[in-house]
Amino acid sequence: MTEALEVQPAPAAVPASAGPVRRDRVLTVLVPLVSVAAALLVWELVSRTGLISQRDLPAMSTAFHELWRLMTTRAFWVDYLETLRGWALGIVLATLLAVPIGIVLGSSDFLGSAFRVPIEFLRPIPSAALIPVLFLTLGTNVKSEVFLATFGAFWPLLVQTIYGVRDVDPVTSDTGRSFGLGRTERLYRITLPSAVPYVWTGLRIASTVALILAFTAELFMGTGGLGQRLNVADSFGLYDQVYAIALAIGFLGIGIHLALSALERRVLRWHPSQRASAQ
Amino acid sequence: MSGRTYRALKIGAEIAVPIAILIAWQLWTVHAQDPNFPRLSTILVEFKDLWLFSDFGTHVVPSLKRILLGFGIATVLGVGLGIPLGLSRWTRAFAMPHVEYWRAMPPPALLPISIVLLHSIGDTQKVALIAFFCLFPILLNTMDGVRAIDPTLIETARSYNVPRWERIRRLVVPGALPQIAAGMRTSLSLAVIIMVVAEYFSSSSGVGYVLLISKNTFEFAPMWAAILLIGVLGYALNVLFLLAERRILAWHRGWRAASPL
Repeated sequence: MTEALEVQPAPAAVPASAGPVRRDRVLTVLVPLVSVAAALLVWELVSRTGLISQRDLPAMSTAFHELWRLMTTRAFWVDYLETLRGWALGIVLATLLAVPIGIVLGSSDFLGSAFRVPIEFLRPIPSAALIPVLFLTLGTNVKSEVFLATFGAFWPLLVQTIYGVRDVDPVTSDTGRSFGLGRTERLYRITLPSAVPYVWTGLRIASTVALILAFTAELFMGTGGLGQRLNVADSFGLYDQVYAIALAIGFLGIGIHLALSALERRVLRWHPSQRASAQ
Repeated sequence: MSGRTYRALKIGAEIAVPIAILIAWQLWTVHAQDPNFPRLSTILVEFKDLWLFSDFGTHVVPSLKRILLGFGIATVLGVGLGIPLGLSRWTRAFAMPHVEYWRAMPPPALLPISIVLLHSIGDTQKVALIAFFCLFPILLNTMDGVRAIDPTLIETARSYNVPRWERIRRLVVPGALPQIAAGMRTSLSLAVIIMVVAEYFSSSSGVGYVLLISKNTFEFAPMWAAILLIGVLGYALNVLFLLAERRILAWHRGWRAASPL
């Protein structure tokens, strides 16, 4: 996030004393913790007092206890890894397809406009609509799941790559040309490095989409994974487990998000200005 | 090649490529004779029979209503919560853990819970689910938009004693509007996805329901017609939103073009 654009006067610039700064720092850690604790407490109370019946909303402690119980079973981790596998294969395949195609379409004005209409039409189509087709053609296996995740992740990556390649600073590109750099060399030294932040933004969007679609495929097609487990628990009316699995998939989502952010800081460290403009 | 011929060729390709793709699809389906992939012409006839306009009222209108209602609620809540969160650091610190958690959650994971909690498989549950998940892109973009406003502007308004409410109405909202619009666009396509998934999971009307029924009865032409309709719906909503955005943000683009940055 853009910390420099904080809507606040900057008292930190001239620290009169260490006191307020330290208090600030403590609060920055404390406030989110208090907030999470408060939410969990409210959940517990709403259920325990019967405001919402415990059948519809199991108490927070019950749900976490159930999650803990699941986490001690091997089958749960197998499902967890299967969902993760669907996500990872989808992201990798989508990147391998979208980035080269994006570079070609982005660097050629002619091809770019030739394929503009099909891309603009296919991009906003919700991939979830393809589930019945996959169900009947590829079948209820991991192929369908990976296809769906790849299809969904492909479009944001493709569009971001095209934008990134088009947004290369013309002065830099011309400078390279006047120094006698060939086409391939300009691609490697100028176009690709400056497109990386855009591709990365595409990757972040694609990562969310791929997880949603891998999970959705499991939920509706019965491919192994957390989605299938959720469907089974729901069919048997095991609501403690339904809540526990929803918690687990939430943690998986936020885990992937945090891992990508950490990776982004490492990968794009050399390009802070570009990173700001790509967001 | 002269510039003019090149431009003509480019426009020609822009028209020819989509047509070529459609013709290839038709030829391939005629050749393949695969029941899973009916001829494009069959799908188009089915599309016309189903959606123009015999089943439009029974299935398309309910789906559209759910999308727009959920999206509308999400917009009001997202902007309404995003402005105070963008302006105040401590409320933001308080809210962020929850926002981060829920926006990382795949929406279908809450399908069973939404049904149990709301005792509904009808409009209430679908609208609530759409509104809940569409909230986060709008909320986050509103917050970022508010935070990116030049602090000098706000300080200046404050030192001229512009009341808080006026400051928000005249400075903060217009300043954050381009980003709010970006968030809304993300949410609108999300709304279509959640509509399909929620109707496919449990419902008695809607486009997603048609998709489910035709899959269960192995009727491929209506299934493809429904997929095509969902595609058209997603595309049309996106185009309509872009048109509205262009009108509403005309001042912003004009200002951007004029400014040296």
